[in-house]
Amino acid sequence: MSESEPSTPRAIVAGHGDFAAGLVSAVGQITGRGEVFVPLSNRDLSAVDVERAMRQHVESLGLTVVFTDLPAGSCTMAARRLQRERPSMVIVTGTNLATLLDFVFHTDIPAIQAAQHAAEKGRAALAATGGTPSGN
Amino acid sequence: MAIDLFRIDDRLIHGQVVVGWGQPLDLTFIVLVDDEVATSEWEQELYRMGVPPEMEVHFDTVEAAAAKLAEYQRDERRGALLTGDIETMTRLVELTGAIERVNLGGIHHRTGRTQRLRYIFLAPDEEKSLRALAARGVDVSAQDVPAARPLALHEVLSGDGNR
Repeated sequence: MSESEPSTPRAIVAGHGDFAAGLVSAVGQITGRGEVFVPLSNRDLSAVDVERAMRQHVESLGLTVVFTDLPAGSCTMAARRLQRERPSMVIVTGTNLATLLDFVFHTDIPAIQAAQHAAEKGRAALAATGGTPSGN
Repeated sequence: MAIDLFRIDDRLIHGQVVVGWGQPLDLTFIVLVDDEVATSEWEQELYRMGVPPEMEVHFDTVEAAAAKLAEYQRDERRGALLTGDIETMTRLVELTGAIERVNLGGIHHRTGRTQRLRYIFLAPDEEKSLRALAARGVDVSAQDVPAARPLALHEVLSGDGNR
């Protein structure tokens, strides 16, 4: 029996500009499960407003996982403030598409565990290839 | 080198500062001036987690920052000084008389404020404070990121920066 339905929101994706909307769009295109994430942009918002918006999603949807872009970003700061009140909350920084794709397919385990697993997948997906001088 | 950027930004340390300004200016230290943060270990830890390990962060009250500004200015590395509001920067300018340029980097919506730029909202008393800073000879301009054109205070207050 699955922990949650694939289309139920299970996490927030938050970041600068269209970072969240773009990643969630890509997840939707690849898996059809974009609804698993609630995208949030910090564009033109104060720190207080970012935290308010994130808190509203966390509380109304009962979410325990936040994926963000930069460790220094205001979305990460807001998530850490919420995490102070909810120590079981998981924040994944440096999120990439591989991270989110792994997360959406692990609906059979609690979101917190799925996030930890997804972070490892995302880290493993980062690679630089090529760079060999031509002719060698 | 010393402090290259005196910035008012209600988000204090965040991506735009650490990466957007930090990389092109090669910032190696940040002075965060905020009376509340300076007395809260938890807040300081939060902001410290947001910066790369090679970047130093100093947390000062307004009075402490004023007392140490000359020392910061003698630093051979490049740094930025941040305040979260106009009032704090104004106090620092008044206490030191040594700040020539102030960057408006992010003052966001709040009740009573009017939008002047996409990232600048000002209440009437805040506009008055900025005019007073300019009248003291401080060069006040708005610029969220280095690639943007700096907008002089008169452009900000007239709304010309939105055209």
